[in-house]
Amino acid sequence: MSFEVDVSLRRGEREIAARFSAGEGLTALFGPSGAGKTSLLDMVAGLLRPDRGRICVSGTVLFDSAARIDLPPEQRACGYVFQDGRLFPHRRVRDNLLYGWKLAPAGRRWLEPDAAIAFLGIGHLLERMPRSLSGGEAQRVAIGRALLSGPRFLLMDEPLASLDAARRDEIMRLIERMRDEFGIPILYVSHDRAELDRLAAAVIPVG
Amino acid sequence: MAVLVLSEAEWAIIGLSLRVSLVAVAAVLPPAMLLAWVLARCDFRGKILLDALVSLPLVLPPVVTGWLLLLAFGANGPLGRLLDEYLGITLIFRWTGAALAAAIMALPLMVRAIRLSLEAVDRRLEGAARSLGAGPWRCFASVTLPLTMPGILAALVLGFARSIGEFGATITFVSNIPGETRTLPLAIYNALQVPGGEAAVTRLAIISVLLSLAALTVSEVLARRAGGGRAGHVL
Repeated sequence: MSFEVDVSLRRGEREIAARFSAGEGLTALFGPSGAGKTSLLDMVAGLLRPDRGRICVSGTVLFDSAARIDLPPEQRACGYVFQDGRLFPHRRVRDNLLYGWKLAPAGRRWLEPDAAIAFLGIGHLLERMPRSLSGGEAQRVAIGRALLSGPRFLLMDEPLASLDAARRDEIMRLIERMRDEFGIPILYVSHDRAELDRLAAAVIPVG
Repeated sequence: MAVLVLSEAEWAIIGLSLRVSLVAVAAVLPPAMLLAWVLARCDFRGKILLDALVSLPLVLPPVVTGWLLLLAFGANGPLGRLLDEYLGITLIFRWTGAALAAAIMALPLMVRAIRLSLEAVDRRLEGAARSLGAGPWRCFASVTLPLTMPGILAALVLGFARSIGEFGATITFVSNIPGETRTLPLAIYNALQVPGGEAAVTRLAIISVLLSLAALTVSEVLARRAGGGRAGHVL
């Protein structure tokens, strides 16, 4: 199993809970806005601590409240593509891309910067500052930054949400290629059924 | 225009003022950053009290701040005695004491400026850095610190300007000793007391204006560089 997740978290009146396991390829968390899908990704990434439960990815336990295991985010080797890109505004595209690559142990890198830049078609953007990028450009850079950090799995939070139709199709084709060519497990959040029919091997309802 | 020519003693006053202010700002920057961090990022009981304590020199009459420093760091004060016994340091009636008074007066302004820009940092960017493999310290150094830099620069300039102008706490704590604690404002005050001192007052006042203008210009240039044209104004 790629993802084995069984967590719960109470935030005020709200209870976010999920229990699922998923195999290879792209697994989608599907549900209405506000159902806690992003919170679930944050829990897998280690940015949000569940009250209780267990998170295991490809055989590695990332969190287990019973065994008191809670790996910090920097040790989870996850490539997180945020909904808003979340590029570092004070660093050029090149430095954004290489941020995680420089931090990753050499043995964990599975993609070279040149290959990633060619794959994403962002060679002409390297010297730009993030604020000058369009939505689609920023999202491609964000995907590149995540891939280059040597991740063992990817988390993608509505990566198409802020894009127009033409850009959506372009990024969707990229994601299909990533899924097929890199063979890396992907946990993908969306509230768009059509998008998931095209991309996902399994769809898990949330909320 | 001979009236505008500075005497040697006046050059010495400027040198002393710069030394006192630069030392004060450099010494108070690390604790100011730590306090700003604690106030911006931590939640604990007594936070309101700490916040009030840090801001106290801003609202207290400076004479009272000077008197409190005198109580604490004077020859018989608890901190003064400790410093003297273990480190052989005396602050009272020394330029180092003037620097301490200036530092205490600059602290609340600097904490405020740094705290504001720290609170403006998008914490989700720190989450992104962590998930990309950065530990807490590297995350701070590579993301939080650069994004806070405009606020830190603003704090340095504010603190420097406040230190250059510091009067009440200084004259109370370390008195007005020529060559040791007589900084620009104290020298101006002194010249005003002396018959025929108007020319000296004019010269020293012009120097004060120029120093303040220079500080503001430097901060503007630095902020632009740090922001890469992003110009993150805090004030």
